[in-house]
Formats: sequence, structure tokens, C-alpha cells
Amino acid sequence: MSDTTSPARLIVGRETRPHLPAYLKLRHDPGRDRWILLAPERVLTPDQTAVAVLKLCDGKRTVEEIVAALAEEYSAPADVIRTDVLDLLQGLADKGYIKG
Amino acid sequence: MSEELKGNGHLETLVVDDEPTEGVSGDASAELCARAPVGLLAELTHRCPLQCSYCSNPIELERVNKELSTETWCSVMRQAGEMGILQVHLSGGEPTARKDLEDIVSAASEAGLYSNLITAAVTLNRARLEDLAKRGLDHVQISFQDVDPENAERIGAYPGATQKKLDVARWVTELGLPLTINAPIHRQNIHNVPRYIELAVKLGAQRLEIAHVQYYGWAYLNRAALIPTYEETVKSIEFVERERERLKGILTIDMVVPDYYAKRPKPCMGGWAKGFMNITPAGKVLPCHAAETIKTLQFDNVQDRPLLDIWLNSDAFNAFRGTDWMKEPCRSCAFKEVDFGGCRCQAMAITGDARNTDPACALSPYHGEMVRLAREEASRPPKPFVYRNPRNAAEALKAERPLEPAE
Repeated sequence: MSDTTSPARLIVGRETRPHLPAYLKLRHDPGRDRWILLAPERVLTPDQTAVAVLKLCDGKRTVEEIVAALAEEYSAPADVIRTDVLDLLQGLADKGYIKG
Repeated sequence: MSEELKGNGHLETLVVDDEPTEGVSGDASAELCARAPVGLLAELTHRCPLQCSYCSNPIELERVNKELSTETWCSVMRQAGEMGILQVHLSGGEPTARKDLEDIVSAASEAGLYSNLITAAVTLNRARLEDLAKRGLDHVQISFQDVDPENAERIGAYPGATQKKLDVARWVTELGLPLTINAPIHRQNIHNVPRYIELAVKLGAQRLEIAHVQYYGWAYLNRAALIPTYEETVKSIEFVERERERLKGILTIDMVVPDYYAKRPKPCMGGWAKGFMNITPAGKVLPCHAAETIKTLQFDNVQDRPLLDIWLNSDAFNAFRGTDWMKEPCRSCAFKEVDFGGCRCQAMAITGDARNTDPACALSPYHGEMVRLAREEASRPPKPFVYRNPRNAAEALKAERPLEPAE
């Protein structure tokens, strides 16, 4: 399926393999010294956690694998991270910014 | 838009819209705009194959021999990237009328700008679109004057427009580019808002702009042909709000609402000179599309002065920056940092003084008369369109008489 057509709402679950469509651009803004996510007529301002999640959204890892990677990196409980990641990704999917 | 713009703790969303009066809005705007403007509207040309009467361009259209050179536009893109602008809207007129659009897109891409092409699409072929995509074009927005081909072609005065637009919309998604459908809404197509939503979903668009006409430039001249009734307006807004919920994750619907029937003015451009710049085909740098209607302002040109210097020091940008310029009732108003007193150009057009409260605000002494006129116009049969073309421009360039304030 093309990134630019989405006939149904994506419900993000543990087994979803999320990715950012090519037309979303996650980049560091040197002038403001922060990460930004550029989308059609939108600029999103992800914090450190969101950036860490987005960088792992490669279309290969499942949400569960992303959660495991973050749990290890930040030495935090997977349950807490899972809730947070699902919430973040569902919010982005509902804006059309995450595909699975 | 409010729901979408809510942060979830880990990110906030900022709208960088190309629509007249929208500009930059959202929770993240204060942080991002503190450093530099975020959005740039590059009006590459005033030439356009369509003649829509709702156009927000000034009546006095810029001639082709006054248009900026390729090199100047490319320099503007580089300067914009360096100063921290994040998104550029390549607009017009019809931006594809510029044969050097390709070079301008390349320059925007190299400068790290997210590029949005705002097009009527009737003169765009597939090979050209492919080339633009290869050069880094990020997003395409196509206007549809109506969903009924016959009415659309009457509104735009361009035979065969709809089929061409449908073809281009298909190519956009086939090339993997995100697509926005722009629906300019007025009394002569407001009944088709539901069908616009169907069309956008069918075409695989990510976004639909239900853009109620804002009454500037040609649209102001044509208000009696365009302004819907209060009842039609409310009905269409409520419909869109329900559809937004149903289409969550499928289609983002941005809605620009008409302000004539509001109690509070819109936060025009997200505040004068707060996060947005507009460059005319001849290189004048404006804080918004319609700023040239304020005749007391002098605008600097990108050919004479660096863009950053204009942003920081130009008299026109500083004229209504912040709140110090305000008169009453704005000056002592609790909402002055929320709506910034509304729109300076609307205050100018209707009250004759750009420092007055926008008459869309219920606290303005001009509000009652403005709404009465609008309602009266909407209740009568629509006047014939004054189409946007050079011949009509010459005839229409006469002084506008401001309203008298209420006692």
C-alpha cells in the first residue's frame, strides 16, 4: 500500500510495525537546537522521548521491540514505556503521520 | 483543529498554513517563533490561468516584467533556511506559470525548507511533477473550485479544469507525495461540503482544507457574490466537526471559518510579524497577504535588503508587532494576547484605521454594521462575479468607502 493512501484508521498495537512515511522529515534544527518533525503545513516539536521512539520506527521493528529497546536504554519498566509509546504512536497515526 | 493541536506530553503541533489570515498557530508557536519566523509564503507570480472571484490577491495584480529573477528567488530560499524558516509555500497566482519553478524548488530543498506547492493544477503535466518531486518538493495542494465540474469551471472560468485536477491529484499520490485538497467555500458551493470530504477520501488525500473565503482583495470586492448566510455557515461547520471525528486517522480536515459571524476576531496570522512572512511576485516583503491594503505602510524589497534584516527591523513588520500599537478596546482587553486584536487589514478595509479593533470583534463599534451588511448581502440573490483578470482590475481600482461607527 502506498504511504499516501490510507483507507482505514490504523490502530496501533504491540505487533504493529510503525514507520514514518517518506514525506515526514525528522531533523535537527540547529538554530533552535531542537528536533522537529516536518509534515505538510505542520511542524511538530517532539521531545527527547518522542525522538527516541520515532528513530526506532523503521517499519521492521514491532511496537513491542521498540518498547524493549527503550526499556533497556532508559532502564525503565516496559509496562510504563509501552503505555506511553502506544499513546504517542496512536496520536501520530490519527494525524496520518505514522503508517503500519 | 483544536483537538489535533493538543499536545500529548511528548510533542506539540504547529500549523503553518498558506491560507490568508491563518499563518502560524498552535501551542508550539511561542517557542519556535521566539527564535525566527517559521513560515514563508512565496507568491512567485500573479499570473494565473483561473479567474476565481474569491482570490485573496490584491486587486492590483503584479505585472510579469516586475517579477523577481530566478537568482533572487533562489537567494530568498537560502536566506530563509539560514534564518530558521522551516516551511515555504510556493504559491501565486499559479506558481507553475514560472518556468523556473524547478530551480526554486531545488533551492528550497537545499536550504532545508519543507516545500508546499499550492497549485490550481490545470497546467501541470506528469513529467514536470515528477521532476519537481525529484528535486525535493515535499507536498502538493490542489484547489478544487467545486465538486460539480460545471460549477467549478464557471467559478474558475477555466473549461475542462476538473478532469485536469483529478489527473494531477492521481499523479501526486502515485509519486508518493502527500496531497491536500483545498476547498474554497462560499455561498455558491457551500452545499457541497459533504461531497468535498468524499472526494478527498477517494483521491487518497491526507488533508482537506475547508477554507471559507476570507474577504480580502478580489474576495472583498465580490463579497455579495460569495458570502453565505449565517445558517448555512453554521450547518457546514457543524458537519465538518462531526466528519473530523469519523475520519480520524484517514483524513485531516483543516477548517478556516468565516469571521463575519463570529463574536471574537481570529488571531490573524497568529499575530502580526510573529512567525510568518509573505513575499510578493515583485519582492515586497509583507507580514501577511493583504498588508499592502494598509497604505500608510512602506514595504522593503528582498532585492534591496537581507530577509533577516527586514524581519527584525522593517517598519512594516514593527508597526503592529506585540501590543503597544493597540487602541481601546484592545489595549485593556483580556484577550489581547490571544487574538492580537484580529486582523489589521480588515480593520483598515472596513473602519479606515488599521489600529482599530477588527470589526469581526463584538467589542468593535463597527461590528453591528458589518454583520448587518453581510447578512443583507447573503439574503439577496448573489451578484454576478467580478472575475479576477487584468481588465477587471483596471476597472475596480477605485477607493473603498469605510463604514461609519455606531454611536
